[in-house]
Amino acid sequence: MVANREASPPTTAAGASGSRWRVETRTTLSTAFGIVAIAAMLLLALTPFFASRGVVQDLFFILTMLVLAQNWNLLAGYAGLISVGQQLFVGCGAYALFSFVILLGLDPLLAVLLSGVFAALVSVPTAFFAFRLHGPYFAIGTWVIAEVGRLLFAQWKALGGGTGTSLPRDATRDMIGIGFLKETLGLKSAAAVDALTFWVALILLAATMGTMYRLLRSRNGLGLAAVRDNEVAARALGVDAMRMKATVYVVTAFLTGITGALTYLQKARISPEAAFSLTDWTAYIIFIVVIGGIGTIEGPIVGVIVFFLMQNALSSYGSWYLLLMGALAIVTMLFAPRGLWGLASDRTGIELFPVRRILKRGPNHQGTKGGPHG
Amino acid sequence: MNWLDTIFQGILLGGLYALFAAGLSLVFGIMRLVNLAHGDLIVCAAFLILQLVSALQINPFIAALIAAPVMFGIGWVLQYHLLNRTLGKDILPPLLVTFGLSIVIQNGLLESFSADSRRISAGTLESASLGIGVLSAGVMPLLTFASAILVVVALNQLIYRTALGRAFRATSDDVATAGLMGIRPNRIFATATGLAMVVVTIAALYLGTRATFDPTAGPARLIYAFEAVIIGGLGSLWGTLAGGVILGVAQTLGAAINPEWQILAGHVAFLLVLLVRPRGLFPRAVD
Repeated sequence: MVANREASPPTTAAGASGSRWRVETRTTLSTAFGIVAIAAMLLLALTPFFASRGVVQDLFFILTMLVLAQNWNLLAGYAGLISVGQQLFVGCGAYALFSFVILLGLDPLLAVLLSGVFAALVSVPTAFFAFRLHGPYFAIGTWVIAEVGRLLFAQWKALGGGTGTSLPRDATRDMIGIGFLKETLGLKSAAAVDALTFWVALILLAATMGTMYRLLRSRNGLGLAAVRDNEVAARALGVDAMRMKATVYVVTAFLTGITGALTYLQKARISPEAAFSLTDWTAYIIFIVVIGGIGTIEGPIVGVIVFFLMQNALSSYGSWYLLLMGALAIVTMLFAPRGLWGLASDRTGIELFPVRRILKRGPNHQGTKGGPHG
Repeated sequence: MNWLDTIFQGILLGGLYALFAAGLSLVFGIMRLVNLAHGDLIVCAAFLILQLVSALQINPFIAALIAAPVMFGIGWVLQYHLLNRTLGKDILPPLLVTFGLSIVIQNGLLESFSADSRRISAGTLESASLGIGVLSAGVMPLLTFASAILVVVALNQLIYRTALGRAFRATSDDVATAGLMGIRPNRIFATATGLAMVVVTIAALYLGTRATFDPTAGPARLIYAFEAVIIGGLGSLWGTLAGGVILGVAQTLGAAINPEWQILAGHVAFLLVLLVRPRGLFPRAVD
């Protein structure tokens, strides 16, 4: 759980020895992997040109689940805010999208972005209530608020009340960019919508991972890790714990809301039960993060792949599948609390997204005993 | 008289919520563990009672008497072998393990008993009612409320008057020192969870006889229990009873205005209390 323990280098050693010691935040491997990752993203962006619609839809699902997982990971694994109510922001984003498109006639792509803003706005009063509760009570508190959201949206008769509603067909077909895609690539409307939502999901994932990686390597990221590991000590050192947590809460709400809106743009059918589903938007996400490795950037990537493979392999077994996921998460938490990636990383020392600052000795090697003056 | 009757029914409903909450409150008070599978364990106990009733053709109250020690055993084993491993400074493991457990129990019940709604038949008691002055109340709701009071009194007696209760309080205050005094915290924790499961069985008896339930009914029960505990304030069982009553009254009042607002009104009452008194109405513990 303690990924950033070696956060600050001992100042005496660094100060006394000057250039012989340096703080390393990236390795050759991580730089190489960064290039590979960008190349993989670009390659992935080409999928709609050669793959079938089914493959593109599967990839879209994986990408959106990964965005949700990274957001929950940032909340729980780094900010120590264990929320069981992230379905609130998925649902709010999705309902905002439907209301912008159906009631106001906005372009769906623009509406997706605005839906994220709406989710972020919802998160402010939510935080006001939820932050009065701590630890496990925060968890159930967020869940209660998500339930309130579900019940309130079920009252909104213009969007179908408890039974929900569908997006009008032409709304997505007239979306910005669809006409262009149809003309230049000769795609059919449905395929063009799939391709466009897929690309937006890809951009969203890149933005999420980029934001997260930069945040965790920054001064604020150190503050965040310090707050998670020992809030009292961090505050004594001048970290504004409440502000850090609130910022992370609102940012993840924004990204989660966008993901919810995008997911329901692709589904084109909404109901309060589905959009505010604890199982779909929180249980699965928690299992992905826990099995992959909470508190690591790599973990959720591993987790989402395991999740997708298991879902395909066990889809015909109904609820046994969820039962197995739950059991796997329990076993992981008990015996490998840092998940599959933690296991692999501990054995090999590989970190693809290093966020730790590691104190390394410079080129001028001395004996093995002690430091320069030791 | 209509409003008076609504409030009275709400108070009686609060007894059921207090029963849901008492086990949660007990476990939290002793080991600071919030069991996210609490609601699913209530539903699990309801299915156990239902199975006993239909298999042995006995009265549900007698079935609950048989189910209680079984549930005690399940709680003991669960705590001793699984949940004790997760206790510590970090709050993440117990939360995630009990969340996983909740999903496992729900889907296990779904596989074993299908998604059909069930009900435990209590015979003629179901429809029996009593007139109290201008009010009238069903016998089952009255029994529920009486049981809730009985459970709170019994738990308080146990905690403040017996050797086991002393061990509970000592462990709750300071695990390490209690250990030095010859108390085995792991066993104390297991006993506490076992006891909570006995309360859960009583809650399940009334859940099953008063309304229908299905394998996915657990999370909502957990939320009601949690709201009752927070409204009442941590660490006080009488507070939990009061919290249940406030929640019940809020729900029946909401339902009287618009049937769709029942659950929502309960949540709103909870949020209002959180706004005005973040530590609950009758707090005792300092968490």
